[in-house]
Amino acid sequence: MFDSSAIFVGLEVGTSKICAVVGEVGDSGVPNIIGIGQCASRGVRKGEIVDTARTEEDIRHALVEAEQMANVEIRTVFLGVTGSHIRGFNNRGIHPIVSDNREITEEDLQDVIKNAKAINLPVQNHVVHSIRQGFLVDGHDGYTNPVGLLGSRLEADMHVVHGNLNRLQNTIGAVNKLRLKVEDIAFTGLASSLAVLPREAKEDGALVIDMGGGTTDVVVYAGGSVKHSGVLAVGGDHLSNDLAIGLKVPLGRAEQLKIEYGGALVEENIKGQTVDVVNDFGLPLKTFSLENLRRIMWFRLEETFDLVRRDVEEAGLYDYLRAGVYLCGGCSRIPRVAELAEDVFGLPVFIGRSDCLSGDKSSLSQPEFAAAIGLVRFGANRRPTKRRKKTFAFRLTHPFQDLLGRR
Amino acid sequence: MNTLTSEPTASPAAPSAPELTTPIRVFGVGNAGVNLLNTLVDNDADQVSFIAVNTDPASLATSAAPLKLPLEKSRWRSLDAGNDSEREPALAEHSACLAAACRDAKLVVILTGLGGVTGTGISPVVARIAREAGALVLACAVLPFHYEGSRRQHQAQAGLERLRAEVDGLICLPNQKILQLIDERTALLDTFKTANARLTEGLCGLLRLLTHQGLIPIQLPELCALLQGRHVESVLAAAEAHGPNRAREVVDRILAHPLLDGGQALATAEAVVVSLHGGLDLALAEVNRVMEQITRQCETAQVLMGATVDMAFNERLQVTLIATPRSVEVPPAEETVADEVAGRTADRSSAEAGAEPPLLPQVSRGRAHPLPAPTIRPSEPRERMQARPVDSASRPRKTTTRLRQGTLPLDVISRGRFDKTEPNIHRGEDLDTPTYLRRGCVLN
Repeated sequence: MFDSSAIFVGLEVGTSKICAVVGEVGDSGVPNIIGIGQCASRGVRKGEIVDTARTEEDIRHALVEAEQMANVEIRTVFLGVTGSHIRGFNNRGIHPIVSDNREITEEDLQDVIKNAKAINLPVQNHVVHSIRQGFLVDGHDGYTNPVGLLGSRLEADMHVVHGNLNRLQNTIGAVNKLRLKVEDIAFTGLASSLAVLPREAKEDGALVIDMGGGTTDVVVYAGGSVKHSGVLAVGGDHLSNDLAIGLKVPLGRAEQLKIEYGGALVEENIKGQTVDVVNDFGLPLKTFSLENLRRIMWFRLEETFDLVRRDVEEAGLYDYLRAGVYLCGGCSRIPRVAELAEDVFGLPVFIGRSDCLSGDKSSLSQPEFAAAIGLVRFGANRRPTKRRKKTFAFRLTHPFQDLLGRR
Repeated sequence: MNTLTSEPTASPAAPSAPELTTPIRVFGVGNAGVNLLNTLVDNDADQVSFIAVNTDPASLATSAAPLKLPLEKSRWRSLDAGNDSEREPALAEHSACLAAACRDAKLVVILTGLGGVTGTGISPVVARIAREAGALVLACAVLPFHYEGSRRQHQAQAGLERLRAEVDGLICLPNQKILQLIDERTALLDTFKTANARLTEGLCGLLRLLTHQGLIPIQLPELCALLQGRHVESVLAAAEAHGPNRAREVVDRILAHPLLDGGQALATAEAVVVSLHGGLDLALAEVNRVMEQITRQCETAQVLMGATVDMAFNERLQVTLIATPRSVEVPPAEETVADEVAGRTADRSSAEAGAEPPLLPQVSRGRAHPLPAPTIRPSEPRERMQARPVDSASRPRKTTTRLRQGTLPLDVISRGRFDKTEPNIHRGEDLDTPTYLRRGCVLN
């Protein structure tokens, strides 16, 4: 029925949950989400696998659920990777134009891109993405396709995302053991930005914060391309852990308290209020001050946003964020977290919803699925479908439609 | 009492005393005090005189201090026992030479190690004599390591209480906190050396703050107005960094200083003195950056800042920080005074009255909260003793102990779920530790 090439599966192995999303690319070229499967994750800490057996089991559960919902068989996946080892930086490649007529050719373009990708990384590091930002001709910025222009020097700006090879392989290995092929890997922060950012926001400049269970992934878009990316190994798990230590309760109970009573701000009216915790038989076990609970959460969230803000400021990109901040990931579900983020960033803050895709709206509007949905989009962008008849003409007119260059 | 025997011991000090014209006198009292003094003497300061006071002739012989006051051991031992009947005559004999050394001083800094015999016994006396001579007294007391035994701890605590009653400002330097910096295999001797080096760092910064007039000077009266009458233990910490990122590094280092209890001391501080010491290349942006970060940690505190420039500090930046915690409602020090030496209060207050007037304007300007300042004492003590005869003995002391115990668990910071994972160090902080603990937030 379906040509397998038209089905894209995004798999995110997260710290709190494992999520698989099945998308189908229809005639419009925009992925349509047809299936979602998820499973609580038990073997991942701070975005990296610590228990392979459990993680494999969880991945299998998530994939089976997604297969059932979408009624397809999953053979290949686009896998999201994250972890504190992942870093992004900008690099520039230079290529002199030596031909007589000084016209920039396709070969020159490939050469300059190759130069920009040639970076000195430690042996154990692996490039996850190298993303084209733009070209400079004779020092003038702002060219997106300089082929055919005249000039003597061509430069290309690249954003390179890299990570530790072994640690990347760990996640890939867990999927491979399930007899699934990993078609490509993508940094989850980047995937989230593909899902939640409208095109205008990418042009105007936007900051995407994917605050998940174990990590906070950050991507900055400006002028239509990725300018900065990074990972902070702090997430919702830290909130639960802080509460467990601060309120002296077991971690599971802290998690439950976070979900039931959590909030990003310490409101005036909750001062003095208390929360009773009951056991399975309804007998009261312990009483907490709601103010303490909120304060502990506020401290952590405020600090995390502040660290992100400082990171963006140091990259010199704060002034470029005209479209504001997009929050996604599980932590964006915390009540009033957007208000806190607005305080910290001084910018408009939106809870990221994957409105730029079609499909099951109830799942698309949930910010915690952003990364997995974005992975579907990443896959669709990566592999333009073969059956479209305008392929050849399309390639000619849009040779750089695929902005995410091959690694 | 045989006053004649003490006369010869005091005599070597007496003739040299009039030479002291400097406004600041630094006393090293006891073995620990003299040792600390030795490290400071090298750091020359033309406004500071260094005086070593000890009962141990061997320690005095090795001291580098220009002025040494040997004291007779047997007499001072009786002081330690805290027996007033023996104390008074002993005091009378020695106070003459100490008073001579304190004459015309504006500020007297007393360095001492508590827990032993000499330092614990003598330093309160030196403090009292200095105050009577009209000087402001700042004491820096080193507290013993826990392993030195509970007896020493008790003695140190008792000494601290007595000292607190006599001084204007008290800075505590607990050795135990220094221990965190030292790895396990360090030899005992080196441990003391490191501890001393840490303390000297802070003390040097303190002296520099008082003696070097610079970019943004801190006036002595301002500093004293801030410390005066607080009767609580302040914390002194210093850190240094160099290189292009020094402003950021120095803040990270000072906030990680063990004496600051992971920022707890700053968060609960009422008054904070920050002194920056840099070379000719010290930029305003750096001063701004450091101050911004520090004031952020202590939003409610009154902050006094100073900055000095010194050729020798080119490309370096040193930050010295004194954090004074919120004083308890009724300083226990006053109660100790009232209980123990009620008779002495009258002449003490008269001596204070003499010292106070030049400082009064600063006191009223610099202080944020009305505190039981020494100025109100002349009329107060009797009333207070009558008003709450029971309270003075029991209640205030209880509050202080409870407060102190509240901070104890913070020494062991748990990472909980992330206990065995890779540490998450970001700008010198472990992000796996709960933020509220690192920021020093006290949960009610």
